[in-house]
Amino acid sequence: MILLIQYTLIFASVLILVALGGCVSEHSGIINLGLEGEMVFGALGGALAMKYLSPDSSAIVIIVVSVACAVIAGMLSSALLAVACINFKADQTIVGTALNMLAVAAATVIVKAINTAENPDNVSSEISYVQEKKAFIENINGFEFSWFMPVTVVMLIMIAVLLYKTRTGLRLMACGEFPQAAASVGINVFKMRWLGVLLSGALGGFGGLVYITAGVSQWKFENGVAGFGFLAIAVMIFGQWKPKHIAWAAVIFGMFRALSNVYTGFNFLVALHIPSAIYNMLPYVVSLLVLALTSKRSRAPKAEGIPYDKGMR
Amino acid sequence: MKKVLKSDGFQSLIASLICVILGLFIGYIVLLIINPEGAFEAILAIIKNFLFYPSGPARMKYFGATLVKTAPLVMCSLSILFAYKVGLFNIGVAGQYCAGIGASIYCALALNLPWYFCLLAAVVAGGILGTASGMLKAYCNVNEVISGIMLNWICLYTVNGVLKNVKEPSSPYTYNIANKNTKALLPNLGLDKLFGNNKYVTIAIPLAIVVAIVVMIILDKTKIGYELKATGLNKNAAKYAGIKEKKNIIISLAISGGVAGAGAAFYYLTGVEQWMCTSSAVPNMGFNGIASAFLGALNPIGTLISSFFIQHITNGGGYVDKTVYCSQISDLISSIIIYLCGFVLFFKTIMKKAGGAKK
Repeated sequence: MILLIQYTLIFASVLILVALGGCVSEHSGIINLGLEGEMVFGALGGALAMKYLSPDSSAIVIIVVSVACAVIAGMLSSALLAVACINFKADQTIVGTALNMLAVAAATVIVKAINTAENPDNVSSEISYVQEKKAFIENINGFEFSWFMPVTVVMLIMIAVLLYKTRTGLRLMACGEFPQAAASVGINVFKMRWLGVLLSGALGGFGGLVYITAGVSQWKFENGVAGFGFLAIAVMIFGQWKPKHIAWAAVIFGMFRALSNVYTGFNFLVALHIPSAIYNMLPYVVSLLVLALTSKRSRAPKAEGIPYDKGMR
Repeated sequence: MKKVLKSDGFQSLIASLICVILGLFIGYIVLLIINPEGAFEAILAIIKNFLFYPSGPARMKYFGATLVKTAPLVMCSLSILFAYKVGLFNIGVAGQYCAGIGASIYCALALNLPWYFCLLAAVVAGGILGTASGMLKAYCNVNEVISGIMLNWICLYTVNGVLKNVKEPSSPYTYNIANKNTKALLPNLGLDKLFGNNKYVTIAIPLAIVVAIVVMIILDKTKIGYELKATGLNKNAAKYAGIKEKKNIIISLAISGGVAGAGAAFYYLTGVEQWMCTSSAVPNMGFNGIASAFLGALNPIGTLISSFFIQHITNGGGYVDKTVYCSQISDLISSIIIYLCGFVLFFKTIMKKAGGAKK
């Protein structure tokens, strides 16, 4: 039971971070389907930082450096999306998908190049960080408390305040509803959209790092992040683009995801003899059902997905 | 001459070529960064692919091997293209392809059916998945990209589970169709003789070309094609003109899924590959289909060429020096190419401006 709570909380943290990223970007008017790719880049940045840091460094150094690397990697990758979608008015769906593919391919190539350079026989795309990972975790009576959990709560509050209580946030949201009107009162739509996408990249990258340290100590970059970025988008839609709702949605989804990791610990679940494939697909099935039921009365930002055109009415 | 330069088709061609050249160039730079020595040979190996072999018959054999993989890729990109004409981005093509694999292999190995039934089952399986995406989009307003991704994963785990029943006892792979049920293999009709006795060269390749032509005719010459394109251009205008836009969304995704499913059968029913029941991701084929559909400027004939090109460099990736580089470098190049395809509109605007200045 403790294990279930632990995994639920850590997966929920990932989903909250990434879904908040999607939320900020969509409020500025850009659909960020590249979140999955930004997670991979963030994970890669964080993993490489952990690989090259000496395991003797103090916990705080490891945490700060690897998080910073993940955030920067996520932001850099989201800049690729921002340039194409904001300045060159490219199709956001295509560029997002391209970014996802690019991320997995680039991460595989980079990690394999590093591994092969170190040892010509090592052609795997795996990075392991057993020692460094311990910096993130405090063991309290068998419950692995991760420092990312409270950080996520702080981020959640910060994003909610940013969006609803600050001038920048309200301006950013205006650009996702009716950019021409926002521009008419002197708001720079391009700048706001860049801000939204870069923030989402930072959150996505951070989420990627949290994901690859959730319960495992090595990551195979060929696999990307297994659709987690898209699960986060589903969480965001289910949360109706509102931070508070996103948090609850993330906990529910996180629990279903956690079940596939820990169901063997529950005697009554094992007794049901359900194949493990069912547990694996459960989060996706649930999200599909939830989306089918909630998307009808969608509160999506009105101008999302449409490239900004000054002359359009 | 001027007319040719200004035509949309020509500009699309130039824009695609720019994407390809830039993509290869960036790939070359990445190779240079990994290891400057041998980077040139590596990029040359990727571009050459089967021309790597000095002798004629070996070249033909590996040319055939590239074509065997091109057939499913053509189908996947046609699937993307067909849905995109209706304004839908069918990223679920990867899952529909996966469903096609599951259905065709199960029919071939567990039910011992002949190849045409296996092919039909694959089409139906892909079509059902496409329909599911379409219904969710039409009636529940679920974005087809999100539902497609979710269905991809659901489908992957389902296929893994179903195909476990026809798995070799000692390995995670399914039985080889050639040993179990030769009726299920696609017929060669002597095509293998043309390609240096490559027994995997089957009627799948001409069939894929036929499907491309049929898709073109449906889109350009029929009433349903016209209605589908009208829905894609402006859903509300189409509705106002009396076109049933919900029905069209479902039909287009169903056809799109069916085409992707057939693509899977075109590949797996040649017996060239067995499914690994512990696969942790859907096959890349569907995603590469996105690359070739956009690189082919969303034109069925353009798709044939671009699919061959994408598969050519993907296979070419297998010839790089593995002690220094990895074969995924070609995946990187194709993903850069799709990313650049996002800029096609920009390239075309520049060309139009340049054309106008000349006048």
